[in-house]
Amino acid sequence: MSATADIASVPRERSPAQRALRRLLRRRGALIGLALIVFFLLLAVAAPYLAPDDPLKTNFLLVRKPPSGLHLFGTDEIGRDVLSRVIWGARATLLAGLVSVTIAIGLGVPLGLVAGYVGRWFDMLISRLSDAMLACPPLILAIALAYTLGPSLSSAMIAIGVTYTPIFVRLTRAQVLAVKVEDYIEAARAVGNSHLRIAVRHVLPNVIPPLLVQATVSIATAIIAEASLSFLGLGQQPPAPSWGSMLNVAKNYIDNAPWMAVWPGLSIFLVVMSFNLLGDGLRDALDPRHR
Amino acid sequence: MSGFLVRRLATILPTLLFVTILVFGLQQLLPGDPAVALSGEDRDPSVIAYLHQKMHLDDPLPVRYGYWLRDLAHGDFGESIRIQQPVLGLILEKLPVTAQLASMAILIAIVIGVSAGIVSAVKKDSIWDYGANLFALWGLSTPNFWLGIMLILLVAVKLGWLPASGYVSPAEDLRANLAAMIMPAFVLGNSYAAVLMRHTRSAMLQVLNADYVRTARAKGLDERVVVLRHALRNALIPVITLGALSFGELLGGTVLTESVFTIPGFGKLIVDAVFNRDYAVVQGVVLFTATAYIVLNLLADLGYFLVNPRMRG
Repeated sequence: MSATADIASVPRERSPAQRALRRLLRRRGALIGLALIVFFLLLAVAAPYLAPDDPLKTNFLLVRKPPSGLHLFGTDEIGRDVLSRVIWGARATLLAGLVSVTIAIGLGVPLGLVAGYVGRWFDMLISRLSDAMLACPPLILAIALAYTLGPSLSSAMIAIGVTYTPIFVRLTRAQVLAVKVEDYIEAARAVGNSHLRIAVRHVLPNVIPPLLVQATVSIATAIIAEASLSFLGLGQQPPAPSWGSMLNVAKNYIDNAPWMAVWPGLSIFLVVMSFNLLGDGLRDALDPRHR
Repeated sequence: MSGFLVRRLATILPTLLFVTILVFGLQQLLPGDPAVALSGEDRDPSVIAYLHQKMHLDDPLPVRYGYWLRDLAHGDFGESIRIQQPVLGLILEKLPVTAQLASMAILIAIVIGVSAGIVSAVKKDSIWDYGANLFALWGLSTPNFWLGIMLILLVAVKLGWLPASGYVSPAEDLRANLAAMIMPAFVLGNSYAAVLMRHTRSAMLQVLNADYVRTARAKGLDERVVVLRHALRNALIPVITLGALSFGELLGGTVLTESVFTIPGFGKLIVDAVFNRDYAVVQGVVLFTATAYIVLNLLADLGYFLVNPRMRG
């Protein structure tokens, strides 16, 4: 057998990312989570085509009708189709989860990177500010922020994003502190790389795996936070549909129209559970200690 | 002990100071002139000018922060615009209600969470372990306001076992008080139980493989004694610390639980304040809960210090 054939028979070395992906796809929980996330994303994107009715169209002849062939999830207190509102509500919920965590990462990662890399007074300032924010119960801080910004979905997303920022500052900073003493960083510095290049090219890639896990879990809690703010009247404003605000109204009709509360609540539960399942799977796949 | 306490207190003070900067900063972001908001519908210029002077609104920001901090140090958290009462008094009035709810929730969470964590670790990879993990996933994924609404539907409306909402003071009627609080406490404790279950399971799994547990088994001790007296005592140490770190979530949860069950605690106080645009109350609740959270974490650290002999050495 020739040498070329020998080499060809050796299994190709996979990159760490490919190995992590294979480990992730072997976990049933993570796969179920991923499938549900894709399902809800499709629901949100294709809402105009999938919703059987206009989510804002009222009909006073159909007030609080139980689920039937015509309205699978029933109707609400002003005769709107609950199924259509649940489908459209997926947009607000998923958007809030994704945007608020993007804000938290956008602010937290650069701040944590600079704090960990530069150190000194900047690190002290950022760390103390993060500690102060982490000392406030997240929902109460988000309520205070959303209140300051005025009630709307964007305010809720900014409030949740800012509230979650210190989590990402801490995570990034801790990772940077662990990495910056490594020999390869010293080598990168010795060959004349700039601080910015070292931070972005050599330090940042090491932060990505734990960041990915934290981001996934944070999306789950951010979705609950958005639903909570909307439930309290500080998020999505009526008549636009959001699962939290639907529950806020539904609680007043729980004894005679329970279907108004069942479906939006179940949807929040399923979406949050999916991100938790994916987060657990990612943690197992990426963190060597959990393998 | 005193050295540890001094070091720990030294980290608390700057954190508290930054919390005040954060809350004061938020106050500055509010749109509009607070003096105009307080001057009533007449908007009398002389009243506005008086309020400006009284509230130091024309002074530079750091000076205003200094005045505000001085008032805080004297226990002056401001005054509620709507009820016209000192904010601290309002919070202290509502505190026993929230403290009872939170304590009952923690008790329920410890009983369910720690027991589920122990069973899950001892019977790893069995149906019990899967069941406990499913319970944790359920607890972490269920919004507590939805769970509250569903339990009201099932337990109060359909079965009629417990009241749907409302509050009775324990001094007035303890039985009615417990009947009104048990469902909200379960709702509030549900996600906390899930967090405690995960921490207990992971701590127990580590401890159950330790040499001293093997030695205890080798001595012929009953498995129950090995698990509860030898393993659990050490496994609980990280659970105390990690449990205390999640306490903020529990405090936040009181806002929604009190809102669903119309319980007049300070969670409901902040929600009402938001609707009445009563910023002094919102600010007071944020400051109070942050301080309470920091103090509780300090107590948890002290607990850790006391139960862990290696730290005392």
